[in-house]
Amino acid sequence: MNGKEKLLYDIGVVSFVVVDLGLYLDTHPTDCKAMEYYNHYNHIRKQLMKEFSEKYYPLTMDMAECSKEWKWGMAPMPWEGECG
Amino acid sequence: MWNYEKRLQFPVNIKEPNAKLAQVIISQYGGPDGEMGASMRYLSQRYSMPYREVAGVLTDIGTEELAHLEMVATIVHQLTRDLSMEEIEKSGFGQYYVDHTIGVWPQAAGGIPFNACEFQVKGDVITDLHEDMAAEQKARSTYDNILRLIKDPDVCEPIKFLRAREIVHYQRFGEALRMTQDRLNSKNFYAFNPGFDQTPNC
Repeated sequence: MNGKEKLLYDIGVVSFVVVDLGLYLDTHPTDCKAMEYYNHYNHIRKQLMKEFSEKYYPLTMDMAECSKEWKWGMAPMPWEGECG
Repeated sequence: MWNYEKRLQFPVNIKEPNAKLAQVIISQYGGPDGEMGASMRYLSQRYSMPYREVAGVLTDIGTEELAHLEMVATIVHQLTRDLSMEEIEKSGFGQYYVDHTIGVWPQAAGGIPFNACEFQVKGDVITDLHEDMAAEQKARSTYDNILRLIKDPDVCEPIKFLRAREIVHYQRFGEALRMTQDRLNSKNFYAFNPGFDQTPNC
């Protein structure tokens, strides 16, 4: 795994935590311990998403801040895989 | 409103094409217990949900199903993208190929096109949540059946991930059903439809 793949992998891991905790909190809306976990991992996720977008390409359209070329449109599509 | 993230929920990197497997896995794209039906079911059921928390569960699970739909499409795409004409003929992929080349189109493994009749929106919270729990188990069984046909670990891992999510979603829908029943008459949960028979507050 190169640096880009590693960072994308880490984003996948931490995003999974956030999605799964989000669903748990939907049915346990007063579980403070779970909310602490959610806030912690959501913060890390935001940082990693920003880092990836600055180093490689924007993962969401609102992270695309371009001047010379529209990086959002040029970014690889997720179904391309490693050989894409 | 939705925002798109240009990444998969779980990585899919398949090196060996396999048209036979693609024809089976496509059922989880557009088949009777597939991810298209799952996402459309939950997202459509939201509007008649009388309780905000339950509508929230449907929104978030329905959204995750869209990410699963993209994963299944990616698996089918990567299993078919480097096929030779000889492999297409030999594997029995010719019938699909003639209509769609190697595009991804929502159909069941047997070739039946996706159809909204594969899910229901009954407009009754008890009925709809029972359907949702059954749907998660049916999808889990389908993934179990697919796993028995797979040897390639590149395909196994994302399918195992999808299977595990069905179990988590089943659990969350069960909790949504319990939250619903807590607000109804425990002597007769079916006495009335709280989304229709009772006037909302606003």
